[in-house]
Amino acid sequence: MNTSQPILAVKDLRVRFRTLDGQVDAVKGINLHVNAGETVAIVGESGSGKSQTMMAAMSLLASNGEATGAVDYRGRNLLGLDKSALNDVRGRKITMIFQEPMTSLDPLYTIGNQLMEPIRRHRKLGKTEARKEALRLLELVKIPDPERRLKSYPYEMSGGQRQRVMIAMALANDPDILIADEPTTALDVTVQAQILTLLAELQRKFGMAIVFITHDLGIVRRFADRVYVMRYGEIVEEGVTDALFSAPAHPYTKMLLAAEPTGRKAAPPTGAPVLLEGRNVEVSFKIGGGFLAGPPLFLKAVDRISLALKRGQTIGIVGESGSGKSTLGRALLRLLPSEGSIRFGAREISGVSREAMRPLRRELQLVFQDPFGSLSPRMTIGQVITEGLLVHEPSLSSKQRDARAVEALLEVGLDPNMRNRYAHEFSGGQRQRIAIARAMILKPKVVVLDEPTSALDRSVQKQIVDLLRKLQADHDLSYLFISHDLAVVRAMADYIIVMKQGQIVEEGLTDDIFDNPRETYTQTLMAAAIDVKKFRIAS
Amino acid sequence: MTEIAAVAPAPIVGRSFWGDAWARLKSNKASMVSLYYLIFMAIICVFGPFFVPHQYTTIYPDYVRTPPSFSAYPKPEMIETALRDTVKRMRVDVEEWHQEGEQVYVTVTSSKEVDERNTRYIDRSDTFDNAKVESKSPDGLKMVLSATVKQQYFLFGTDNTGRDLLSRTLMGGRVSLAIGLLAGVVAVAIGVVYGATAGFAGGKIDEVMMRIVDVLYSLPFIFFVIMLVVFFGRNFVLMFLAVGAVLWLDMARIVRGQALSIRRQEYVQAAEALGVTRRGILQRHIVPNLLGVVVIYMTLLVPQVIILESFLSFLGLGVQEPMTSWGVLISAGAKNIGTANWLLLFPAFFLVSTLFALNFVGDGLRDALDPKDR
Amino acid sequence: MLLYVFRRLLTAIPTLFVIVTLAFFLIRVAPGGPFNQERGLSPEVKANLEAQFGLGDPLWLQYWHYLQNLLHGNFGPSYNLPDFTVGELFAKGLPISIQLGASALTLALLIGSTLGIIAALNQNKAADYAVIATATAGSTIPTFVIAPIIQLLFGLTWKLLPIGGWGDGALINKIGPVLTLALPQIAIVARLMRGSMIESLRSHHIRTARALGLSDWSIVVKHALRGALLPIVSYAGPAAAALLTGSIIVETIFAIPGVGRYFVDAALNRDYTLVMGTVVVIAIFTILFNLIVDILYAVVDPRVRYD
Repeated sequence: MNTSQPILAVKDLRVRFRTLDGQVDAVKGINLHVNAGETVAIVGESGSGKSQTMMAAMSLLASNGEATGAVDYRGRNLLGLDKSALNDVRGRKITMIFQEPMTSLDPLYTIGNQLMEPIRRHRKLGKTEARKEALRLLELVKIPDPERRLKSYPYEMSGGQRQRVMIAMALANDPDILIADEPTTALDVTVQAQILTLLAELQRKFGMAIVFITHDLGIVRRFADRVYVMRYGEIVEEGVTDALFSAPAHPYTKMLLAAEPTGRKAAPPTGAPVLLEGRNVEVSFKIGGGFLAGPPLFLKAVDRISLALKRGQTIGIVGESGSGKSTLGRALLRLLPSEGSIRFGAREISGVSREAMRPLRRELQLVFQDPFGSLSPRMTIGQVITEGLLVHEPSLSSKQRDARAVEALLEVGLDPNMRNRYAHEFSGGQRQRIAIARAMILKPKVVVLDEPTSALDRSVQKQIVDLLRKLQADHDLSYLFISHDLAVVRAMADYIIVMKQGQIVEEGLTDDIFDNPRETYTQTLMAAAIDVKKFRIAS
Repeated sequence: MTEIAAVAPAPIVGRSFWGDAWARLKSNKASMVSLYYLIFMAIICVFGPFFVPHQYTTIYPDYVRTPPSFSAYPKPEMIETALRDTVKRMRVDVEEWHQEGEQVYVTVTSSKEVDERNTRYIDRSDTFDNAKVESKSPDGLKMVLSATVKQQYFLFGTDNTGRDLLSRTLMGGRVSLAIGLLAGVVAVAIGVVYGATAGFAGGKIDEVMMRIVDVLYSLPFIFFVIMLVVFFGRNFVLMFLAVGAVLWLDMARIVRGQALSIRRQEYVQAAEALGVTRRGILQRHIVPNLLGVVVIYMTLLVPQVIILESFLSFLGLGVQEPMTSWGVLISAGAKNIGTANWLLLFPAFFLVSTLFALNFVGDGLRDALDPKDR
Repeated sequence: MLLYVFRRLLTAIPTLFVIVTLAFFLIRVAPGGPFNQERGLSPEVKANLEAQFGLGDPLWLQYWHYLQNLLHGNFGPSYNLPDFTVGELFAKGLPISIQLGASALTLALLIGSTLGIIAALNQNKAADYAVIATATAGSTIPTFVIAPIIQLLFGLTWKLLPIGGWGDGALINKIGPVLTLALPQIAIVARLMRGSMIESLRSHHIRTARALGLSDWSIVVKHALRGALLPIVSYAGPAAAALLTGSIIVETIFAIPGVGRYFVDAALNRDYTLVMGTVVVIAIFTILFNLIVDILYAVVDPRVRYD
């Protein structure tokens, strides 16, 4: 598919944003090109400027952004082109799909209406023909029952289906280049694999060039012919995929490639006591009905789940979004009302009052996914970390609390001099360390980790995984590790529970689940994950 | 991470939320100018009346509806009329008068003997002072009197009854600002307590509390206010406590919404997981995070109250004469636009510019405090 | 949908009932009565009048009678304007108030939205600042300042408009009052529209539309505007209810014989029936327009379903 003729050439592109806190240089003079029919990947972590590069090329920058340099499409500089000339290229020759399938379609119009719009605009077709085209496109992207779907609104479709519609819209005018900005990041693994397969298939069929903007090296390895690695607005390395993966030159590339969490956790000794046990735990949410609107409707988010967490054990709870895994975690900590029995040590805690639960809280801790939302913006991190001490060790003087804060910060690898700073002054990884320190300062026995690494960049993920493992070893902790990321779970957990729609599909030792999944759902899940990540650097 | 001595080292002080907000506000020129303007306005309204030479209640019958002027009154052409008016009250005739600098000399005649005590009539007038008898004809039928012309400044002119508009405007400002602040504080206090309780309690309690607010909302607002006027009559302090008690509805809704969303924040869930008591959560998490909204809303509420006060005064339901407020003054001005438009323009300028400034400060605060920017 | 409207109208009845009850007893517990103002009525005449209107009956009985009359569409006689029933007063004044209010609202929605859209499309440029300045001025300056200034400028100085009066509904007499009513609304609508348009223009699906090379017209009008309409709709409902039931300020200053003035006068004179009539009319308008808002919501946004 490789012809060596560049159709898109980005030359000395710079992107600046004016913000309240001064000017921010997002892209600092980069050069790259795309040949006809090839697949190019731009890889980088958040804030590397990879998305802004392509946004600038498409003249889609936010209003406070400004691009200089040149973006030549077949010899014509797209920057500074007037709107109508630009719109002859946008949506026709170069199109783009985005990360957010849930919000990228207009919620107020039907799928058919939105699909027909670019067709009619660029190809000047009549209504009936455009409708036929729209139907054909929906079939092309394998949307079931396309005739009916034309009349559906986006809110009636799943994320994966919406992303298919986005792809259909992008391909409506047989473009030269399709820019895909993290097209699968927001989707569940199984859906991710389907979308990627679809893209590859469509590329074979139509021969357009694809520019993948992604943080996921698995996707790069599998799909891209060539790779650009970006960091802090600059391209640090570029090359043909295989060569770059086998012999990375730049230290940053090397670091990225080695960022996959590695290692396995050994199971706890057989005699280890069970610390936290749930039997037939059930959580239901009222989702409708009730007063004047018929019988109440309940959604069973967690449906009769039993598990036993031993001292020193990590149970990984795996599942796609909506599987009930987070709800289960919170129910076990008695943060949500639930049915069934929950025992902590020898004590039944399922019916226990708020007050009676309070002293137990120090032993049962929780770390959240979002390191931005889980720290109060009004408190210094010293206050954040020591809040639990106010409850559980009220006799401590403020000096003693301060000393404990220093200790806790050191333990999670943060500079204790920072304890009078506020959360917004820290990066995502640092914040997650703070959140971990807040849990650890109480010296808990059980910690529920709710996707603690999912919002972080790969390289930071690895550090957090290492930290969590070290803390577990040092304090003989038990973890309930909730995640959709199989690679991380594999590195963290010694036992795995696979959940789907509130129920356990399969459970077992980590290696058994990964190597010999018995249930079809587990198999699809593993296959999807491994399919995407198959070519990840061998660890 | 480098090794750090276990002895608690002097920690680096971070930028707090409020520190950040203040820095942002400071960089917002319109807001800062407005803030200084408001401070200036508050100072001149509170202290100004002590320095203005006229009492806001003093009536100058000689100076009814005098246009505003930077130069002193009386104007040269006004002296003669004023003099003749005054002399007429003495029941004598003017034979001749002339002016030498500040002094006027008038020769009066009468068929009866002229009483020397008549000078008090001159002293009583708003235009003259220090009346003296210079000379007297032997038969007493003729007398030369002298008096100084009183120099008076009416920078904003005077009103229908001859009261100085400057001092009245400043007094009015005092009343309007005080009422705005008072009712604003009452409304915010009630609204915050009510809204935070509903939002934090949630469930059935929240539902009932908000249903009550809904019902109150659907009663016409003006009906409420008028009922309060009917109940509290002319006591405007009481009345505005009551007005504040009506205006809390919006605040309660906003605070409830915020409280609900804060309660869903992960940092509150984290506190719950730490076993923090409800009180601790309210104290350390909900209230501090609500403050931003409250401050913003307060800057919106104060002008609302000021307008409401003016509106009621305009209808004749607010502050009673001789006490005044911007609304009272504007109402009087609106009735005299044909003859004395300064009566409308000065108070209107004061009111509108203050409202503007409050508005800009509010906008600036919103920008500075809005966590969306973060 | 029809079922929903029906259900909403049904639930409006208890709301209305609560409002009527609250208002009825509130005004009754207020000191004073309709016939003991400073009119020098002899005690006999007063007693006669009170007996005639049943004011001597126990309160609950009066309340019961009032409710019965109300159910038959009878608002009762006005105590202070004895030649008229409350119904007649509204029949005369309401059309005038509605005319003014509806014109002002239409103006406000048209001009305000246009200004808001222009500002949003030129965010942080001269046009935007001009609109913001105008809108700030319009929403900050109170009606009772705008009205006399309009009189001063257009009526007295330039002599373009009459200073006041209804003039049997002559167009020239309506300009001043409508302008006064509309200006603050224009300002509010422009601000709202600007904000919601900016937010709408920032949304992901607008980015999609741009990436697909759609025309500006389609992006702004078809995609951005429709989404931005919702806040305007929810503002316009209560605003319409308030505008159509008359403005005391405008009607007083411009000497317009609408219904806006009744409320204050009636409350001060304890004209119980007229106060109640006004409360009922305002409440009905409010409930009606809230319903219209909800229906419009469903029209604009397919995700909103009422069934």
